Amino acid sequence: MTPALELAVARRIGEFELDVAFTVEPGMSVLFGPSGAGKSLTLALIAGLMRPDAGTIAINGQVVTDCASRTYVTTQKRRIGMVFQDGLLLPHRSALDNVALAVRQANGRRARRAIARSWLERVGAEGLADRRPGSLSGGQRQRVALARGLAGEPTLVLLDEPLSALDSAVRRELRKLIRGVIISSGVPALLVTHDAEEAEELGDVVIVYDHGRVTGTQLVERPARPEPPQRAPESTGPV
Amino acid sequence: MKREHKTARDLDKKQKAAVASVVVLLGFGLGFGAAHLLKGYIAYWEIVSGPFLLSLRVTLAAGVIAGTTGVASGYVLAKGRFPGRDLLETIGSLPIILPPTVVGYYLLEVLSPGTRTGGFLTRVTGHVFVYNAWGCTIAATVAAYPFCLRAARTAIEGVDPLLEQAARTMGLPNWRVALQVTLPLARRGIAAGLTIGCARALGEYGATLMVGGDINGKTRTLSLAVLDSFTTSERDTMLLILVLMAVIAMTGVGLLGRSRA
Repeated sequence: MTPALELAVARRIGEFELDVAFTVEPGMSVLFGPSGAGKSLTLALIAGLMRPDAGTIAINGQVVTDCASRTYVTTQKRRIGMVFQDGLLLPHRSALDNVALAVRQANGRRARRAIARSWLERVGAEGLADRRPGSLSGGQRQRVALARGLAGEPTLVLLDEPLSALDSAVRRELRKLIRGVIISSGVPALLVTHDAEEAEELGDVVIVYDHGRVTGTQLVERPARPEPPQRAPESTGPV
Repeated sequence: MKREHKTARDLDKKQKAAVASVVVLLGFGLGFGAAHLLKGYIAYWEIVSGPFLLSLRVTLAAGVIAGTTGVASGYVLAKGRFPGRDLLETIGSLPIILPPTVVGYYLLEVLSPGTRTGGFLTRVTGHVFVYNAWGCTIAATVAAYPFCLRAARTAIEGVDPLLEQAARTMGLPNWRVALQVTLPLARRGIAAGLTIGCARALGEYGATLMVGGDINGKTRTLSLAVLDSFTTSERDTMLLILVLMAVIAMTGVGLLGRSRA
């Protein structure tokens, strides 16, 4: 089976040097390590937002970065979904439009919005469709961001500390939601966190980072059936 | 009073834009109405209406052209990574720095059919670009352009690049990122620059005088007509009308700018 991601890259930024190699299989993998270990930098390299100094990256078998042959597929053509730490929703668009903009697989505004609406339902945010990001709570924004990250039928979804800006109660709730929605969607995911409990709860595989190196890989044992996605108790509530 | 305050605050942007448009139209309507009422008593209406309408046409055209080119070049300067960007902005800003008559002189050198470039332009397009409404429009556009350019560049540079990166991860090509993310987020700054540019175009005098020629009934804009009225016998009445019209037009431009922001 083709790995969802094969990566062997090096990148130096000032004194910091990242030099990592790992593969990501279908399911949910977690990059775990302290702040400044190079986890978010790795995601930026995978997304094509930055270029490595050396190495290769292949997503779903397709080489998207190869420094030796100077191959750099643009971010837009990598067909990835991305969920950022603070959501990074477009502030001038409604939640529905934010998700609809990411829908690649349909032509026409109505079709894209219908798909976007179904994704908002899957993350329990259908009641937020017409609201602007500025009027949403942190948890609500991350629900919308998760829908946006998955709505474009990506071959890989990257989540950059999506829960770190939230309080502990909301984090616990969204952990279940994130894992449930991603596993049920079948899209391979790579999540970055510095929270050990979060890494264990979310990941099938935990890749441990320290000082720009992979120091270990750990398989997490799970029950056979994935948990169903949990809906928000009240979609317009504070979460 | 409290209730009125709450109502005004609750208006959303579209409603504000609609209200501003109605106020502008009412302003123009009142201006024309007042002028028509005065028509029977003041023989200057015929003289005043021409410059007023010409100024509106010239300002509108200059706003569209300077706004479009200013935003496009502001985007290139903000996003492009090439040497000499600041030098290009300085060159684009010359009409602010140079005296308007000097700008007019350079425009005449470029546009006059007697010069090399002007002759070429006339042969290619079949139009003469001086001493007609074209000349007034070009002079007003050149005056408005630097304000649109500088405001657009600053506003576009102020857009959070992470939001643009997020849009790219959604698969949006760069032109859609520009049109659907960057420019909408920079709209307030762009609208402010466009408003100042339009006001500058409306008040343009020196370059318009040189390129347009202040021909009565053909290239005499509102600004030129104000000075011209000093030479007439009933200048006070005429000046009053001209100043009122200028205030109405400038208020309209200001309100439009506020409604876009």
